[in-house]
This record gives sequence, C-alpha cells and structure tokens, in this order.
Amino acid sequence: MVEFNLPANSKVGVGKTINAASGAKRAKTFKIYRWSPDDGQNPRVDTYVVDLDKFGPMILDAIIYIKNNIDSTLTFRRSCREGICGSCAMNIDGTNTLACLKAIEEVKGDVKIYPLPHMPVVKDLVPDLKHIYAQLASIKPWLQSQSPAPSRERLQSPEDRAKLDGLYECILCFCCSTSCPSYWWNGDRYLGPSILLQAYRWIVDSRDEMTGERLDNLEDPFRLYRCHTIMNCTKACPKGLNPAKAIAEIKKLMVQRR
Amino acid sequence: MASNSKTLRSPLQIARGLGSAKHGTEHWWHQRVTAIALVPLTIWFVFGVIRHLGADHAAFVAWLESPFSALMMVLTAVVTFHHAQAGLQVVIEDYVHNEMAKILSILAVKSLCFVLGAACVIAVLKISFGA
Repeated sequence: MVEFNLPANSKVGVGKTINAASGAKRAKTFKIYRWSPDDGQNPRVDTYVVDLDKFGPMILDAIIYIKNNIDSTLTFRRSCREGICGSCAMNIDGTNTLACLKAIEEVKGDVKIYPLPHMPVVKDLVPDLKHIYAQLASIKPWLQSQSPAPSRERLQSPEDRAKLDGLYECILCFCCSTSCPSYWWNGDRYLGPSILLQAYRWIVDSRDEMTGERLDNLEDPFRLYRCHTIMNCTKACPKGLNPAKAIAEIKKLMVQRR
Repeated sequence: MASNSKTLRSPLQIARGLGSAKHGTEHWWHQRVTAIALVPLTIWFVFGVIRHLGADHAAFVAWLESPFSALMMVLTAVVTFHHAQAGLQVVIEDYVHNEMAKILSILAVKSLCFVLGAACVIAVLKISFGA
C-alpha cells in the first residue's frame, strides 16, 4: 500500500557544467534534465551557460542551439517551432508548456527544463507517450455514424460548428494531462484532461451519431470521475483551452441522460 | 506504468483494460447534492450549538426535543455521514493502489460512517421521544 522506496531513477544528481558564454553580454544559465537508458546511471541535471545573442528568443531556440553547438547528445522532440505540432512539450520553469511558445525572457533566473512530469522517460526530455496515445485511440477520436454514408459532405449549422471552438484547437501536446495530479496517481485508468477534451469534442459534434455509446464508454469511476476539478489542466494549456470545462460538460451530460 | 507482465500486451489492450464500469454518475451526483444540502444544515447546526454555549444538559435536551430540531439533527447526521463516506471513498480510490487494501479500507470507512450515522439518529430519536 505504501511505498517507502522511490522508484528507480528518481534521484536526480548534479551533472556537468559547460560554460559556452565567455565574453557574452547576455549570459543565461540552462539547467536541463538528462537521463539515458544506455549507461545505467541515475538522471542528472546538466548546466549550460549560453550567450543569448547567439540564437532566437524562445526556449526551443536555446535547446536547439545547445544541441547543435555544445552537446549533441541532448535529446528532445521538436518539429514545427510555432506551437501547432505539440512535439516540444516539456516542463519549463516549473510549468508544462511548449518550448517553442515560451520566451526565454519570461523566465527569471536560471531556466530549469525537465520532461513532462510523471511519464516514463525514453531519454532526456523525451517522454514515453505510448499509453496516452493508446488512451486516445480507446475513445475513437473520429466521426462515427449509423446512417449510411452520404453522397456529399455532412452538413452542420454554424451554431453547432461553434460548439467545437475551444476543442478542435487541441494539439495533443499533453501539457494538461501531465500537470494533473489525478493523472499522475491514476493515469493507468483515468483518461486525463487531454483525452477527455478529445472525447467531448466528438460527443458534442452534431454530425456524430454515437454520442450515447461514447458516454457509456466514459461512465466509469476511474476513466472520467477521477477528475476533481483541480484545474491544473486549464492553467497549463499552452493553447489557452479549457479541458476542465470540457470534462464538466461531460459530467453534466451524464446527469442529463439518467 | 507498464510492469513486466504487461510488456507483451498492446498499449491499447492496457488502455482499454476491463472496460467502462458504466457507473459513477450516481456517486458523483450524490456527492454534489449532499454538499449543497449540507450548507443550510451545517449553518443551522453551528448556530444551534453556539446558541447553547455554556448551557447545561437540560437546556440541550430541551432544544433537541423539539420536532424541528430533531428533524434537522437527523438530517444533518444522515447527510453528513453519507457525504463523508462518498468523499472518503474517492480519497481512498485516489491514493490506495493495492486492490485488497483499497476494498478493505473502503468497506471499513463505509461501515464506520453507517454505524456513526445510525448511532446519531438513534440518539436524537431517544432524546426526542424521551425513551
């Protein structure tokens, strides 16, 4: 019931310090979580002192600079560098966000960068998203219908289309789910804010005909009702969405259909 | 998250697990309703007790003997313990991950709340009907 020992690799040591900012006018210190599955070592935090005049204004610019010029072993995901792919989600300065949307100057003092909290780590800043992707697949995030496929597009009124605003913008970066204590403790069964927001996106879609089955699939003490309205999800979302509200709407529908 | 016995299963098999319990709405709804009911009941209870600060046993008994006080006290006890067992169940489900320990502690908490609630009701009825 109570675990007295920390899980493997929980103790984070102090790593190497590399000063690459000699003679810099604007030096900034980045402290970055490092762990490799290959060397059998515990994780460590490496320190890189860099010259802010050498690269762009965002955190992602800094870690790309570090990887290209200082330490090529630093591992992280990134792709679009404009907040639409969701790849560079990480914990920066204590908050889950996208490295490409977080300006370096927003961080006072040293910049501390860790992987998304409470996910298994593949390497350095790369979390293992296998389980959360499977949870996404489990809610069938696509349009399902009973009536025969129409010969033209499925129509939707502007009012019904407006119900998808604030939902369709989700980029599945999982900043919200990995900021949720309920997801930390019960992520094996609780779907978490990101997946529940996706589920609601299809529940509220006027073209989808499997609304009841979708609600059936969510009506579970763990899948849905582990949400205790902690609101970390809404606070963390780098796209300004409100997963907590989407979950509340699902709970309202659950009561409404009784 | 994935233990050794699970590594050969597909991620989707693990995520789908035992399926949805198709249950939980009642529990959630009861917790909200009892929470709202407890607002007036708790205010009544706190003011009732404050009003009798320093009063002797006879004054308390006289207060509880009135049908209205007895009704309110029974409601307060029943709703409080119903709310308590529902809330504590959620706390245990959140934090206790050993299945056996979880079931046993939920049963223990529910039994305790039931016994305490019943004891309160019997006490109030005994005073009210002067048995």
